[in-house]
Amino acid sequence: MASTLYEKIFKRHVVREDNDTFLIYIDRHLIHEVTSPQAFEGIRLANREIWRAKSILAVPDHNVPTTDRSIEIEDPISKIQVETLDKNCEEFNLLQFKMNDERQGIVHVIGPEQGSTLPGMTIVCGDSHTSTHGAFGAIAMGIGTSDVEHVLATQCLIVNKFKTMRINVNGNLQNGVTAKDVALTIIGKIGTAGGTGHAIEFAGTSISSLSMEGRMTLCNMAIEAGSRVGLVAVDDKTIDYIKDKPLAPRGALWEKAKKDWLNLVSDKDVIFDTEVEIDGSLIEPQVTWGTSPEMVSSINSKIPNPDHYKDKTLSSSYQIALKYMNLKPDTPIKEILIDKVFIGSCTNSRIEDLRAAAAIVGAKKIAKNIKLALVVPGSGLVKLQAESEGLDKIFTKAGFEWREPGCSMCLAMNADKLGPGERCASTSNRNFEGRQGQGGRTHLVSPQMAAAAAIYGKFVDIRELN
Amino acid sequence: MEPFNEHKGLVIPLDRANVDTDAIIPKQFLKSIKKSGFGPNLFDEWRYLDHGEPGMDNSKRKINPDFILNLPRYKNGSILVARENFGCGSSREHAPWALLDFGIKVVIAPSFADIFYGNCFKNGILPIVLDKSIVDEIFIRVDENIRYQITVNLRSQRIYDEHKESLDKYFEIDSFKKSCLMEGLDDIGLTLKNKTEIQNFEKNYQENFPWLKGE
Ligand code: SF4
Repeated sequence: MASTLYEKIFKRHVVREDNDTFLIYIDRHLIHEVTSPQAFEGIRLANREIWRAKSILAVPDHNVPTTDRSIEIEDPISKIQVETLDKNCEEFNLLQFKMNDERQGIVHVIGPEQGSTLPGMTIVCGDSHTSTHGAFGAIAMGIGTSDVEHVLATQCLIVNKFKTMRINVNGNLQNGVTAKDVALTIIGKIGTAGGTGHAIEFAGTSISSLSMEGRMTLCNMAIEAGSRVGLVAVDDKTIDYIKDKPLAPRGALWEKAKKDWLNLVSDKDVIFDTEVEIDGSLIEPQVTWGTSPEMVSSINSKIPNPDHYKDKTLSSSYQIALKYMNLKPDTPIKEILIDKVFIGSCTNSRIEDLRAAAAIVGAKKIAKNIKLALVVPGSGLVKLQAESEGLDKIFTKAGFEWREPGCSMCLAMNADKLGPGERCASTSNRNFEGRQGQGGRTHLVSPQMAAAAAIYGKFVDIRELN
Repeated sequence: MEPFNEHKGLVIPLDRANVDTDAIIPKQFLKSIKKSGFGPNLFDEWRYLDHGEPGMDNSKRKINPDFILNLPRYKNGSILVARENFGCGSSREHAPWALLDFGIKVVIAPSFADIFYGNCFKNGILPIVLDKSIVDEIFIRVDENIRYQITVNLRSQRIYDEHKESLDKYFEIDSFKKSCLMEGLDDIGLTLKNKTEIQNFEKNYQENFPWLKGE
């Protein structure tokens, strides 16, 4: 019988099945400091062991400062959390890239970077953006802390099978239109609950033409479309990206693996539960205007008017959002003035993102109304690479701050945050109320659009820039 | 985890769609390495007028008198009813921990985000999906009746009230999740009963996919 990519990978991992409940085997377990302490504590309290320590890669990212790391973490509570991860990794003998290791970074950036993310795997992490790793043709999903403990103790997870959805994006993307714009367009179309209960496979010519970085950006935001799992089929780009990564297989094993991986595609005549079609050539640069990623428009549109919507829940959500965002209906997106700019997060902090943003910045300077513009590379290795290409100089000359890697102002658990009322052009993935700091207002955009917003102090259509 | 059988409680109406886990428990409280103590900071940014940080004395903070949780008529409520896509966003299990610590036992909505939905069961909270029209009706009843209560019976999968025209609905729930919740089972213990099966699977699997051993 023909199967989808999701079903193929799923099947390989089924340890047992009871009715519709499956026990599936987990290949890779990524761990960070925020969602793991209670899980390790649970293991200790129940006197259990860790099933396969070698499946684990740990890194502190959410709480770490992005400023000088030679001094101690200032916030005592953050410090305890980072130290707790250190202690747990030592006690259980787990591979960790500590805060001062040059390989440290956002967990979803370093997994692929190290070759710890491989096609066909099941990958879990106590973090919803684990969907990122699905770009490699893997089932990767976010789990809660109880499940982190479950995987630590059993190497398995109890799950139901998701339904399948294929989102076909075909056509050439316009110049200046990125994977981020594709992701936001999809979310705008199907809504933040559109993919709930489904594993989404992204397919079509617009998707296969994306780089691996672009595919990661796209799968990263599957969760914003409600889906825990985003997938892209394996192709030569996938294989080329993985080759020679530190944890990737080598020699004869590599050849064997490669042969297997190239089969990780959905069968031709397979039927998905849902199919969605999007014309990639029509996608324009996107900007969110509200407090949910589905509240998104093209750069050349206006803020919608809540009064024009019959659905009461929708209309009232729009009203609440516009009030929080301090925006008036029918305002052109291009007239929104920005206070801060954040280029970073597991969505858009890879080398390709930084290159694209730097290319927009060029020799220009940030606008006067911009109080702070941050560039936070996704990992220490991305940072080194960018510095070797001189990107840091381009940013700092323009007035950006060049920081150490981590989650930073994506969720503002460390010192990087918006003040009340401040408006930010951000390359992250969530524009929820207070996400980047209490009272802060977030507009999600691509790295290019964020860089341009820094230069012009407001949103501009990067397709019109030379 | 406490077994869940029947629960009768006061309903708190949170008339919002897409309530995300950042709103349920803001990130600054995620720095804790414990599972308890999150209740006072449930919905912190909506509930208080000032900015909350861990370690603050919450009894001394300025509360938002308009927020639903602060209205005297919903005091000691244990059933939260909300709109579509409740619990979207971050996977933080701190969200159900905060709800539980506050005293919420049941959450009712037309739909839930997947991770949050699963996390509830792990902590003895019952999330119930009901048709939008029934949720609408509950909102109306809460509004019209001071101290409106609902009873939830997990065994019979029924939810009902003692209103004149009684609300009495059947709800769907996965049978495995139901039995874990009813018995208060620790699913790690349950899985480890299959230890040999997992070991055998693993051995086989590593032979078939030797590059995944992760040496
Ligand atoms: S960068 Fe943001 S979304 Fe990504 S893992 Fe960190 S906090 Fe989560």
